[in-house]
Amino acid sequence: MTELNADVLVAGGGPAGAWAAIKAAEAGADVVLADKGYLGTSGATASAGTGVWYVEPEPQAREAAMASRESLGGYLADRDWMARVLDQTYANMNELAEISRYPFPVDDNGRQIRRGLQGPEYMRRMRVRVRRAGVRVLDHSPVTELLADGSGSVAGAAGYRVRDDRPFRVHAGAVVLATGGCAFLSRALGCDVNTGDGALFAAEAGAELSGMEFSNAYAIAPAFTSVTKTAFYSFATFYHADGTVLEGAGSRKGRSVIARTLLSEPVLCRIDRATPEDQRAMRLAQANFFLPFDRQGIDPFKDLFPVTLLAEGTVRGTGGIRLTGADCATSVPGLYAAGDAATRELVCGGFTGGGSHNAAWAMSSGTWAGQGAARYAAGLGGRAGERAVHALGEAGLRPAGPATGGHAEYIAAVQAEVLPYDKNLLRHGDRLTPALDVLDRTWRELRGTLREEGAGVVRARSAAAMTAHARWMYSAALARTETRGMHKRLDLPEQDPAQHRRLVTGGLDEIWTRPEAGALAVAS
Amino acid sequence: MIEIVSRERCIACDKCVDVCPTNVFDRGADGIPVIARQSDCQTCFMCEAYCPVDALFVDPRSHALPEPPDEAVLAADGTLGGYRAQIGWGRGRTPGARLAIGPSLDRAGAPLTS
Repeated sequence: MTELNADVLVAGGGPAGAWAAIKAAEAGADVVLADKGYLGTSGATASAGTGVWYVEPEPQAREAAMASRESLGGYLADRDWMARVLDQTYANMNELAEISRYPFPVDDNGRQIRRGLQGPEYMRRMRVRVRRAGVRVLDHSPVTELLADGSGSVAGAAGYRVRDDRPFRVHAGAVVLATGGCAFLSRALGCDVNTGDGALFAAEAGAELSGMEFSNAYAIAPAFTSVTKTAFYSFATFYHADGTVLEGAGSRKGRSVIARTLLSEPVLCRIDRATPEDQRAMRLAQANFFLPFDRQGIDPFKDLFPVTLLAEGTVRGTGGIRLTGADCATSVPGLYAAGDAATRELVCGGFTGGGSHNAAWAMSSGTWAGQGAARYAAGLGGRAGERAVHALGEAGLRPAGPATGGHAEYIAAVQAEVLPYDKNLLRHGDRLTPALDVLDRTWRELRGTLREEGAGVVRARSAAAMTAHARWMYSAALARTETRGMHKRLDLPEQDPAQHRRLVTGGLDEIWTRPEAGALAVAS
Repeated sequence: MIEIVSRERCIACDKCVDVCPTNVFDRGADGIPVIARQSDCQTCFMCEAYCPVDALFVDPRSHALPEPPDEAVLAADGTLGGYRAQIGWGRGRTPGARLAIGPSLDRAGAPLTS
């Protein structure tokens, strides 16, 4: 057992976790960052890259930026939070240029264009900055459960050092969960580390979730590949196998047409509306987009190629741990959440398309959570390490009955309910209800028996987290008896003005859902 | 998925072992990494990007191939190391980030830069 003490423990090494660690350290905290994989390559951003919601601080431009997505999000976003995210993102992107010397492209006037980030370059530089800030980084060290003190305040976490094959514990004044969303091991680019672990830990500590019905994002990828880069499909035409155009199919609107068609026949695609100049620019902007084509001898501008849709769950969906303060606090003292692990409804409502808002949210919420956690830890006045703690993990770790393995069967059972387009994307009460029944049964079995030894604890906990995540998603999806944001109910296709509020979800063995009361106060 | 660790090129630096976010590699007895858990590979290409000697090949299909492709062919046509070259990592190269100005997604809009 490795035992460490810290003021702040950050769980997760994607952009939100990296920013949280840096800002907590800059606030004077002694910080440990533990990542399931490797800080610099882990998560949805590092291997992908993303646009960033970077808007010059001009009132008109900011107003237009905030107004542009409110309707798509079903009017569930919050203007105060949006304004704060725009301010913070602007500051952080400028730090990337000035402190991390990120090599932004320059325009014709020699001015840097700071509206996008290449994932590998961004996260490599974030790792350097995290280490320069004095943060102790534990790679390949997934957190598996939270620790709490006698009052229920979060006081650290336990996990497993996979490459050393031994458990670890960090006693900490506060914990930031930046573990990402949940993409159910769908093989969407970079997302296999995102199994919703943080939401499970948070729920075990008594925290709430919000927006879990906004969890049915699917990304286009060339069939049988992982490359879920969707921007360039706005230059595409989609076809039936016989070469006739698939009417109504599209990347931005019309993804459900692709899904419905894929249920019974292949969908082909060609990026045939890009000029030669566009095509050259595409290669510069997204080298990874072309890997599946170049390596299979496909010319995507000339050849028809089959596509698929890969689930991105709450990675691109906006549901996650509910925040109760401007510092990204949760309802549990000492516990903070950031990035995709937290709900993104505050800036996006019930919808996000491209990564721009998501990247802005990751760096902003990471900053606030890191600072908030550092402040909370400082408030403990050095008593953090002296607290008697107990471990909070249940499902997949401390089964109610005799332990057996079987994480793979549980994962397959959950995937069978959340990956199919006709269950999660093309939602209908008649299909959600039986799917939730199956998931509840899966949970009860898993809760009763699942436990695995050594590093197996990580897979068992991921299986438990995915099962819980799916149940929160479908419980919220059944509770929102309307269509709003990305949550589209085929049986309830209209937006209902009476349901213009967020839905809060929680619980493990018994799941509950209720409308959120009042609005979040923004005060710092 | 990861298909090739070139024994000819590998310098046993352990970089891929460290950076793989899903912990696919083990250190081999002779220092050359072993693809120990191929089914955990998420086809993210990060190991290729970090390999300083272009010794790795990730096939874009997210399932294992019946047998690995021919390394000599991939070396000859520049596929080995191709992704690292495109993102401009490696001595003397211009970072791809510096050149990443894409097309505008709508004719009136700003160019895509990611």
